[in-house]
Amino acid sequence: MFSIVRSMWLVFLHMFKKRVTIQYPEQKAKLPARWRGRIVLTRDPDMGERCVGCYLCAAACPVDCISLQATQDESGRRYPAFFRINFSRCIFCGYCEEACPTYAIQLIPDFEMGEYNRQNLVYEKQDLLIDSQGKYPGYNYYKVAGMAIQGKEKGAAINEEKPVDIHSLVP
Amino acid sequence: MATIIIDCKTYEVPLGKNVLETCLNLGFDVPYFCWHPGLGSVGACRQCAVKVFKDADDKKGRLVMSCMEPVVHNQHLAVHDADTIDFRKQVIEWLMTNHPHDCAVCDEGGSCHLQDMTVMTGHHERRFTFNKRTYKNQDLGPFLNHEMNRCIQCYRCVRFYKDYAGGKDLDAYASKNNVYFGRAEDGVLENEFSGNLAEICPTGVFTDKTLKEHYTRKWDLTMSPSICQHCSVGCNTIAGERYGALRMIHNRFHEKINGYFLCDRGRFGYEFVNAENRIKQPSINGDVVERTELETRLEKIMKSAKVIGIGSPRASLQSNFALKTLVGEDNFYHGVSDHEHDLAELAVRILKDGPVRTPSTKEIEKSDAIFVLGEDLTNTAPIVALAVRQAVRQDLSGEPEKIHIQGWQDAARKNLQQQRKMPLYSATIHETKLDDICTSANYATPEDIARLGFAVAHCVDHNSPAPEHFPEALQVRARSIANGLLAAKNPTIISGAGCASSAVMKAAANVAIALHKNGIVVGLTYTMLECNSMGLTMIGGHRLSAAFNAVINGHADTLILLENDLFRHGSFAEVGDFLARCKNVIVLDHTKSDSTDRASVVIPAGTFAESDGIIVNNEGRAQRFFQVYESTESIQESWRWIINIGKTLQHPKLQTWQNFEDISKAMASEEPMLQNIDEVNPAVDFRIVGQRIPREPHRFSGRTSMHAHIQVSEQKPPTDDDSPLSYTMEGTRIQPPSAMIPFYWSPGWNSVQSVAKYQHEVGGSLKDGDSGIRLLEANAASSLVYFQGIPEAFVPLEHHLWIVPTYHIFGSEEMSAKSASIQKRIPTPYLLISAVDANIYHLKEQDIIKVSIANISYSFPIKINRNIPVGMAALPYGLCDAPINALPEWGIVETSPLTELHDYVRKTKVQH
Ligand code: SF4
Ligand code: SF4
Ligand code: SF4
Ligand code: SF4
Ligand code: FES
Repeated sequence: MFSIVRSMWLVFLHMFKKRVTIQYPEQKAKLPARWRGRIVLTRDPDMGERCVGCYLCAAACPVDCISLQATQDESGRRYPAFFRINFSRCIFCGYCEEACPTYAIQLIPDFEMGEYNRQNLVYEKQDLLIDSQGKYPGYNYYKVAGMAIQGKEKGAAINEEKPVDIHSLVP
Repeated sequence: MATIIIDCKTYEVPLGKNVLETCLNLGFDVPYFCWHPGLGSVGACRQCAVKVFKDADDKKGRLVMSCMEPVVHNQHLAVHDADTIDFRKQVIEWLMTNHPHDCAVCDEGGSCHLQDMTVMTGHHERRFTFNKRTYKNQDLGPFLNHEMNRCIQCYRCVRFYKDYAGGKDLDAYASKNNVYFGRAEDGVLENEFSGNLAEICPTGVFTDKTLKEHYTRKWDLTMSPSICQHCSVGCNTIAGERYGALRMIHNRFHEKINGYFLCDRGRFGYEFVNAENRIKQPSINGDVVERTELETRLEKIMKSAKVIGIGSPRASLQSNFALKTLVGEDNFYHGVSDHEHDLAELAVRILKDGPVRTPSTKEIEKSDAIFVLGEDLTNTAPIVALAVRQAVRQDLSGEPEKIHIQGWQDAARKNLQQQRKMPLYSATIHETKLDDICTSANYATPEDIARLGFAVAHCVDHNSPAPEHFPEALQVRARSIANGLLAAKNPTIISGAGCASSAVMKAAANVAIALHKNGIVVGLTYTMLECNSMGLTMIGGHRLSAAFNAVINGHADTLILLENDLFRHGSFAEVGDFLARCKNVIVLDHTKSDSTDRASVVIPAGTFAESDGIIVNNEGRAQRFFQVYESTESIQESWRWIINIGKTLQHPKLQTWQNFEDISKAMASEEPMLQNIDEVNPAVDFRIVGQRIPREPHRFSGRTSMHAHIQVSEQKPPTDDDSPLSYTMEGTRIQPPSAMIPFYWSPGWNSVQSVAKYQHEVGGSLKDGDSGIRLLEANAASSLVYFQGIPEAFVPLEHHLWIVPTYHIFGSEEMSAKSASIQKRIPTPYLLISAVDANIYHLKEQDIIKVSIANISYSFPIKINRNIPVGMAALPYGLCDAPINALPEWGIVETSPLTELHDYVRKTKVQH
């Protein structure tokens, strides 16, 4: 008898506790920055496409849901001619982000991707590319790599000497 | 054999090798850069350090470069002790101090020896904080990228390019920390084997430019074992596909044929597969039609017509045989000019009935004297030219052995050898790229080349006929060549269809037979014009002119033309007339040509990449190429189309055939020369532990995404009913039989160096032996007698030029000439004439000459050549509209008004 009354009392008290359940979708959840949700392709500080089409994310993906084709523009920058993620397969493991040498591909705290039609879960580059650096501001791959591109000649990357003069006889 | 102790374990190993090779053979992963099984050791990179101990009691030992250390009996070694591991790690750290941090945009990445070695040694953190050295790159032409920042100064590139391939325009420049590998200035790398740099260079300095156009990592390619289709050598290749396009051609090791190398025609000629002018849909009178409509139309045509079939030297045995079966033996013709037909038949007859064996490329590489008659090998059979170069580079004087220098000690051997080389005699119509290593190079017309050959044969064996009125000076030369050949133990005689002269080929046979009668183990090689010339000849069929006659005389009215542009094999007028006379011309081909333009029905055939087939190389080796990918269009193998046609017609034989194996079996039982053709590779139901052989590496990516834009649910991958290979990454990881290795990979070895894991011993044969079966063996009981019929000496004719064909590695072969990168290297058409003739006709370089060949006038810009005989001219095969098939032929020189105009313009220019 006593225990029943006690339980009812405790339940009654809970009515005055702070609520854990939120009223989604009217109310939105607060997610930490490193939450693994929707995948985006980011840009570097100069707003150039960060992805250089190295295929590492595709190779790392355990469900093989990334495919792309690398190509190169007139300035010598590599970029993906197409970049496709099949989100109906993605398990949001974040391996692609881990593998990416340029911080291009990032998982962001957004999970609202539900679709009635599975075909709509196939995202192309225009659906993925955002005008932001995402979680890793400041990094610019071409400033570090030795590949020359328009506006950054050989020897102009971080930590580089001017190109060797192969005709010089100076010891 | 020697007993050596590595890391306290005892091994029995052969003597005569270096410690590095030996360790690799035993399965130790010793990192290395500058050593290459094809190039030997120079000890340049310091990466391969191991420890050698004085004896069992020595605990300290000393570091040595394993690639420079010969194996000796009772050697105590340490591969995995702390000092060596540390040393190797430091070496790679030094090598990486200047690394440009660009693997992500490097085409070598994923198949990079530098990556593999860095991981293998455990260097994973950059401590060096100072600046990196940088270099400017060069534009090296249409085949290769140059990214010098990635160089680790191993010297492999120049050692291959200069020493091995005889190139002149790649070198090491600058000094100390600044050493640079490139050309003296920007420009096209001239050597015909330059593409191998992409595989030889262990880093991403040299990479394949054509691959970059549609770049794909090695792990993402669907790959198949294939055979190069661009000359008669039949080099083994790996062909890789992604997203429905052929992406690259790589070397596939074949000990007897191409070893580690390919020529640039073979490596870069593949782009024709992706070209715009591919035929992708069936069409009738120019209108694209559905398959069903095609079938009904074909049925209608075939039922009421008198059909003949014309085969092709560039189509597989299966396709040719299927066509022969469909139209019947009597109605099957060879799609080559009668002249070419005769030359190929002659070659097969000599090699089959003659007493002399035709050697493999590898054996040519080991011959101790070579006589080339009439063949510009670098341009007609490039890999054979490379083999000839290696033969000449051998040092068989016994000197190295005297001072205990072994074959792999490259620098020491070269120093000792100096100018000493093996004899190479050549007689060609003009200079060749092999002249720099020739003992004696002779330039003559095909008739005089043949006469020289007959004279040499006569010097070797007096029973063989001698040419009449042979000048004494040449007699001396013939005698010296004969003496050189007689002094050899295993000489090789090389000739072929190149100068379009049966006399030259017969002279070569006489030389070989004469040497054979002297008890010398001689080899005789004939190079052919197309990849399957030998195979087509073995299938048998009538000559092309007979086909023309059949239609003219009304015996036939419908033609099925198999993968062939007839205009390459007959004059424009004649072939045009022939095709116009046929009521129906049905062409099966993969690429548009003048012949498909005139066809009423065009059927889209697969290229080698979309087909299975067997072709026979000039050694008589039948080899299988495997389909790389299923085309999404209506493209399929010619033989499959022909089976389909046979089925609609209820052809008694074709009806019973389902797949590749059925045709091969039928061929084996019906064709006397192809008796075991069905054994070229294991049967369709061959499995390794119940599994197929995957065409894709296990790291293949994107399979749930690559087709998702079309259909998000994954479709069932195609199954292969013609071979034991699968189109997926599922399957066995156990090494497949040699003929069916789709790619080389081994844990920790992602680069091409992983082929070592597939070999018995590094650089040796594949674990499963050589693939392909030889169909031509010497006939010990040969009744072949010396050829007679020596041609008269060449006499120039006034107002005439004796026009013979000459060849270009880039341009002379039909399919590779349609590849975008190769096209950039094709020379403009020209007529090569001697300086004397140029003077006679008052012509200067590039002036236009007008010549009438077989009553048709042609104009060519001329090129003047010092060595070409007077009265003769050479016309590049396949480069111009002229009837190359009719050559050699007399051309009547017409006074050309254009020339005078030229002269006039020039003179007036000079005066002003
Ligand atoms: S999160 Fe994981 S499953 Fe999704 S794309 Fe990235 S690697 Fe693939
Ligand atoms: S790993 Fe990064 S840079 Fe490489 S392809 Fe993927 S997104 Fe692009
Ligand atoms: S370019 Fe390549 S092969 Fe040549 S030295 Fe450098 S790393 Fe070695
Ligand atoms: S063209 Fe001839 S020599 Fe060159 S790779 Fe092909 S088969 Fe070999
Ligand atoms: S491999 Fe031995 S020093 Fe380079």
